[in-house]
This record gives sequence, C-alpha cells and structure tokens, in this order.
Amino acid sequence: MKGLLAFFALFVAVLGKETFDGSFGLNNVWMGVTDVAVPVDVRVPFHSLQSIKIYLETQDIEYSIMIEDLQVMLDEEREEMEAAARVPQPRGTDSFDFSRYHTIDEIYSFQDMLVAENPNLVSKIVIGHSYEGRSLNVLKFSTGGTSRPAIWIDTGIHSREWVTQASGTWFAKKIVTDYGRDPALTNILDKMDIFLEIVTNPDGYHFTHNNNRMWRKTRKPNPGSRCDGVDPNRNWDAGFGGPGASGNPCSETYRGPKAHSESEVKSIVDFVKSHGNFKAFISIHSYSQMLLYPYGYTRTPVRDRDELHALAKKAITDLASLYGTRYKYGSIINTIYQASGGTIDWTYNQGIKYSYTFELRDTGRYGFVLPANQIIPTAEETWLALMAIMNHTVRNPY
Amino acid sequence: MGLRIVVFLAVLVVVTGSPTVTIRPEAASEDTSAHPNSLPETAEETETPGQQKVSIVEELEEDVMATGKLNPNHYPAQRAAKVVQHYLNTRYGSPYRVFFLHRVHSGNAEDVADSGRKYQLEISVQDLISTNTEKCSAEVLFPGGEQQRSPHVQASCEELRKIDTKAQEEALYQQYKTNPSLLAAHLPDSYGHINPEMKPFWHLGAVASSFIMLNESTENTLFNMAQVANVTQLATENDQLRFDYHILLHEMVSQDIIHWKLQVSWSPSGGVKVLQMEQLPHCHHCEKPPNTN
Repeated sequence: MKGLLAFFALFVAVLGKETFDGSFGLNNVWMGVTDVAVPVDVRVPFHSLQSIKIYLETQDIEYSIMIEDLQVMLDEEREEMEAAARVPQPRGTDSFDFSRYHTIDEIYSFQDMLVAENPNLVSKIVIGHSYEGRSLNVLKFSTGGTSRPAIWIDTGIHSREWVTQASGTWFAKKIVTDYGRDPALTNILDKMDIFLEIVTNPDGYHFTHNNNRMWRKTRKPNPGSRCDGVDPNRNWDAGFGGPGASGNPCSETYRGPKAHSESEVKSIVDFVKSHGNFKAFISIHSYSQMLLYPYGYTRTPVRDRDELHALAKKAITDLASLYGTRYKYGSIINTIYQASGGTIDWTYNQGIKYSYTFELRDTGRYGFVLPANQIIPTAEETWLALMAIMNHTVRNPY
Repeated sequence: MGLRIVVFLAVLVVVTGSPTVTIRPEAASEDTSAHPNSLPETAEETETPGQQKVSIVEELEEDVMATGKLNPNHYPAQRAAKVVQHYLNTRYGSPYRVFFLHRVHSGNAEDVADSGRKYQLEISVQDLISTNTEKCSAEVLFPGGEQQRSPHVQASCEELRKIDTKAQEEALYQQYKTNPSLLAAHLPDSYGHINPEMKPFWHLGAVASSFIMLNESTENTLFNMAQVANVTQLATENDQLRFDYHILLHEMVSQDIIHWKLQVSWSPSGGVKVLQMEQLPHCHHCEKPPNTN
C-alpha cells in the first residue's frame, strides 16, 4: 500500500444528509479505483475525517481536499434549483424573459411557441441530430417564394458562450416583431429568407447546465482517449489538419478525426449545400468583442477582403452607436489567432461571400459568465451590426 | 526568375503540405509597398476627449512575428498589453482595486538579444471599481531561450490616482480578521451573478490570479480569470488575512480552462501576496494535462 501512488481526493460532509453507521462503506467512494496512479475520489463524513487523514498520512498516500464542505455546496445548489422551479413557464413568447439564461428545454419550447404564434412567417426545420440524439433545430423566417437567397445565423456552437444562445433567442423574437414595422427588416424578408439556429451544440449546452459550465466542445467520446468532444469550430473542411487546431482529443481545439465528423457540423454542411442559395453566413461566439471575416487558417487575404473589411467597419460603428461598446475587426488570423477548420472559412470557400464571425461581450472581465443583465443590451447592439450586414447583402446581390 | 520562384514555392507547398505559403511571384518586382514592415495606412484616431467615438484603424499588412509599428487592434499588441494589466494588478491591486485593459493606443515590437522580443506600448487601463481610466506607457520583454520564462514589465501610468480605498479596505480587514469564516463558491455563478458582499473576494481572486497570469504569459497566450471556483478563509497569520483559492483561468489561444490553487495573504498595509501556487490537472479523469499544439 505504501508504494501505491494512489492519490485520494476527499470530500468532507459536515452534518451530511445521510446517517452514518461509523463504518466507511463503498457508497462513500465517488470515483472508484480504475488504475494505479489514477486518483480516487472519496466522500468522508465529518466524524471520520481525522482518522481518515491520519490513516492516509501514515500510509504515505497523497491526498487533496476538493470540497471542504459538501453540505454547503448542496445547499447552494438546492437554492438555485428551487429558485428556478419558482419561475413559471411562459404562456407565449411575449412573456418569455429574455433577460435570463434559459435551459435547452425552455429554448426549444420558445421555438415551438414562436412558430405557433407566427405560422405565416416562421417554421422549424430539424436539420439533424446531435451525438446524444437531440434535435438540431433551425428557425426559418420566410415571407414566401421558393429557395430565395438566404441569410444564415447561428449561435451557441460553443456551448459555454451563453450570451450567444440568449441573444439568438432575442433575435428570433426581434425578427417577428419588426416584420411589417421596421422598413429595413421588412425589405430584407420580402426578398430573402433568414435561417437561425439558436442551440447549435445542444449536447454541450445541456452539459454546461448540468456538469461543467465551461464546456466548449461537442460531447462525442473519442475512442482510445479519456477526453470527450470535438471543437465544432475546428471541424470544418477548410485548412483542416493544418496549424490552428489540435490533434489531441483532450484539447479544447481538437479538430476531430476528420472534417465534418461531428453531426452538429455535418448537418449544417448538408443543409447549406442542398439549399444552394445562401448569400450571408454569420456564426456567433463570445467573448472578445470582435467582428471577424475569413480566413483563420491562412494569412492569404480573401479576394473580397476590401469589401468585407469596409462592411465590418460599418457594422461595428452601428453596434457602438447604441451603448458605446467597442469592437475590434479584421480577419480571424490577424485579429484573434490562427484557427484552421473554422466555420466561416468553409462557408466563404463555398462561395458565401458575406461570411462573418462575431465575438460578443465582454473582453474578459466576466468572460463566459456574463451577467444576465447584459443579455438584452448585447443582443440589441449586435442586432444593429447584423442589420448592417443583412442590408448590405440584400442590396448587393451576386 | 518568376517561373523559378513559382516552382520553388510549389515544391515547398508539396514538401511541407502547408497551405500557408502565399504564391505571389509578381509581387517581388511590382509591388513596392509589399515589404512586411512598412505601413500602407496609418491608424486614425477619431475619438475626442469626453465623447464616445469609435476609433477607426485600417488593417495593416503584417508579417508572422509582427515587428515594427503594430496595429493596436490586432492580437500581438493586445496580448502584450494584457501582460501589462496583469503586472499592474500584482503591484497595485486589492479587494477594492482591480485594473483591466481598456485600450491599446499604439505599439511597437522588436527582436532583442537571445531571441527575446520587446514591446513598447501606449495603453489605457480602467479601474473596474472606480471606473476611472488612465493612460500608461509600458515595455514588455518576452525573454527568448529554451525554457519558457516570465515576461518582464515596466510601466508608468499617468497618476494611478489614489482613489481612497483605505476605509473600505480597513473595514473588510477588520470584519474578517477576528472571525476567519469566509467560504464561498462560484464567483461569479453560472449566470454571471456575484453577491455584493462577495465582490471584494472576487476582486482579490482576480488580483491573486494576476501573479499567475503574469508568470505564465507569452506572446502566444492571452489570459483572463474565468471564475473563482471556491475560496476558503484560513487562520489569520502575522496580521494578514489568508485564503485558499481555487481559480479557473481561461487561456484564449488554446481555449483551455486551467485550474490553479493559490494560497493568498492580504492586509491593507501588506497588500496582496501569493504564498503558494499549484496548477491542478486539467481533469482528474485524464492522465495528464492536455498538450496543445
């Protein structure tokens, strides 16, 4: 036992909910023994704490305390869940609270309500299913025609970027509210269709609510690795395999075993190709406050660089006009970092000229855990930039 | 000559398989402004004091390791400026004083001895609590060499105006000195919320993190503190409040979330010190921290 480099992590439960009979049963082992030199997690009732510590120390077994007081954490979690349960289900999208973060079920209900309330404008298309079998829902906003030129917007491809799914929900409501009221949006929808995928990575989003708030990737296991998931923004067939993504499944930027290996990505690829008439493609992330155009995988400028640059400048100027939020803009590789296998590099190479990526608020003060009171201001200002891009797209057919 | 260049570059692409080689055989002879270190356009500042205007900066052609005058909105200057933020927090931060990078006005980079890189920057930082902004001139040296070593920073700021935080600091200190009982988790929580009484400990975590982020920074990283996972108060020692922090850092380039445990001491007179620091494995299900290419 002394030579065993087993490394215990302890939870300490003070005044735990369960009763203890004094013996240290197997139901206290939270992560069991799998291998030598792999840690074991153990929950220790308070009255056993001293004797367990003494035992481990005399046996020369390293340990560290992961949670000092499990009860505190459980109490906090129960409070959160009770608070959430107290919130009544909205009866319609007019009583949906856009200033809060929502679960995937709440967002999917919202989508269905929006369609039911606006049957002549909105429909829901299931373009595929996630690894864990969740439907990949796209809202189509259309005033008619067949296969009109179209604009694509996606949010939540990286699940921890919660302000994006929240903004996507707000955009959906904004579109139905403004059609017939705002001349610019009405003009756009009279000529083009808008497709909006709000929860582009539903498995990841569910995981951020229930397991790990900082989860980014998909949730597909990687054979032969203890690490799960593929970065869906490194999985596209553009510069795939080159620098700017990782080949290690444990990496947050793991590109996956091959391009389009993830159903969350493949579903969009298939949809875009079979539609064949997308003119703008906007993929929304957070955080950094940037508006980016291709490429990420190479420093070679895109052919339409000057036009995309000028349009980005207009869009971020409009964005800033609302609350003074400053955005940087430029190509991905110059502005943020080299990234290969990215969404808009692929869409641009498919011929979708107005391909942009947003990085929404903030610049790192709160980062991924942006306070909910910033959701609506973020969505409002971003909408102005989206309108600039959509207006330009409808006025410059190609 | 042109054809030979094309052939050479074609061979290079085939050999390396890299899509990043740009084949512009005519460029060498025709395009006189193509030198990577020259600037076809300059940054225009349209901001006037007291008004909220957007600064409009034209994009500049850049070489891979940007050298010479930098585009202040592109990542090389931004990453170096972030290092200055971390440095200022280690020097001046407290539970009531946290600096954040506000803007990069201008930057310059050069190669220096022993494959080091030196940045000169004009930046603004903002005190998150008072919301005052101040201008700073700074120099960041990223040492070269085999082992990764911490950057060296020199900075001088306009005033680092002494907003009087003394009273608040004293009050916090007294409150927690005699009864070391603080225990908190998830600052902010998943929804971005922090209880007002806990904010000073969020700030303290940010300042303590700055020591780590400063140490770990290179030209290829950009760190922010993502969350205080938990903080526990330990017994007061030598009149310093002491805390165990478990902090999550976010590194932008690798997109990693990195866990650190820190033992931190603080008092109004002693300032913030990191007594012990330990990086935790990425996840305890994995055998080792992930490698990022």
